[in-house]
Amino acid sequence: MSLPFLDEFRQGAHLRALMEKLNERAGELARPVRIMEVCGTHTMAISRHGIRQALPESIQLISGPGCPVCVTANADIDRFLEISLIPGVIVTTFGDMLRVPGTRMGLAQARGNGAQVQIVYSTLDALKIARENPDAAVVFFGVGFETTAPTVAATMIEAHENGIDNFLVLSAHKVVPPALEALCNTPGLAVDAFLCPGHVSAIIGPEAYEPVADAFGIPCVIAGFEPADILQSMIMICDQMTSGRAEVELQYTRGVRPGGNPAAMAIMQKVFQPADAEWRGLGTIPASGLAIREEFSAHDAAQRYDVDVSYSREPAGCLCGAILTGIKTPRDCPLFDKGCTPDHPIGPCMVSSEGACSAYHQYEI
Amino acid sequence: MCLAIPAKIIEINNQMANVEVGGVSRQASVILLPDASPGNYVLMHAGFAISLVDEEEALETIKLFEQLAAGQ
Ligand code: SF4
Repeated sequence: MSLPFLDEFRQGAHLRALMEKLNERAGELARPVRIMEVCGTHTMAISRHGIRQALPESIQLISGPGCPVCVTANADIDRFLEISLIPGVIVTTFGDMLRVPGTRMGLAQARGNGAQVQIVYSTLDALKIARENPDAAVVFFGVGFETTAPTVAATMIEAHENGIDNFLVLSAHKVVPPALEALCNTPGLAVDAFLCPGHVSAIIGPEAYEPVADAFGIPCVIAGFEPADILQSMIMICDQMTSGRAEVELQYTRGVRPGGNPAAMAIMQKVFQPADAEWRGLGTIPASGLAIREEFSAHDAAQRYDVDVSYSREPAGCLCGAILTGIKTPRDCPLFDKGCTPDHPIGPCMVSSEGACSAYHQYEI
Repeated sequence: MCLAIPAKIIEINNQMANVEVGGVSRQASVILLPDASPGNYVLMHAGFAISLVDEEEALETIKLFEQLAAGQ
């Protein structure tokens, strides 16, 4: 057995039955509903399996701000690029970041200009690079949500405890619940329900969405990543809509526990504290970012390197901002598949495999 | 980027686990998941185990699908 029960989750008979039930439930809806899939991994799964096109007409699935690379503001990307050009610095990052365009250049270009860039799979690899290069400062670009932030925090604690002072992090981490609140307050955004991210929820727990469900009357269903999970979650949303409920429900019961993962939360909170953060498309959202606490300031790249990024701006003509808030879809962008393709991306949504533009380009045209 | 894949823990030494992912052996830190033990399936993200996979809950979900399919 390679993965537990994967075949059962992918069985055609199950998918057909779920789709039939979803159609049935959709027929009972009083009006069409717009469901936002918050998570980029969901966007990718939905696109790859053609779920968006197969839905009944009364259900519309729109992509949200759940691709961490995509929501990273250009100022943060430019800051990382500037740091990469400082002599004696090795920058490390997850692969998605390599081709993301900053205001003046991208990381691949910076590399051409002499920057030492290493792509890592895990922060532990970045820490290893720091150990092996004691004379260099190794800066990891911390991009990601609550799924990723605890892994970065655990690595920073290890660096701190072992005196690996040349391991630094530029933290552009973000947390999801404040963004959902900001979305609910966005004029022009008509979202009826959230399909909530499974792996963020594995850390923060389903309870974290209760304020959103309560304050805005929006059903929140935490979904797994197989097509069957996503279909079942949409059935649960329809059931809530027709019975007038707005609750947090957990479909992804095999991956998410009530209360989330308290050990991971504690490690994350030991290193990071809430801070206002700028999101592409959503602007500055109070307490939606994670700043490095004073105790770990020796590992804070933002404190060690004071670089000027006042020139930062978003790419001209790119609609990523409006796409990340569900106001536009990639097809609304005049550059989609014209000036902007995965080979020549103009905005980050075309770079990251979880970006809506990239997912639509790969699977939905 | 929040992709996490199921992995089976084979052994744990000093908070590093030997895990099996689709027949391939890899390393994962279990520092974020102190309850993990050999034999468990975990969700692995960026080199860390972040959550246990609850096999009973997985079976429950599958049972629900099966009932649905049987009802058609
Ligand atoms: S297609 Fe390209 S330019 Fe248009 S919104 Fe997407 S990333 Fe931006």
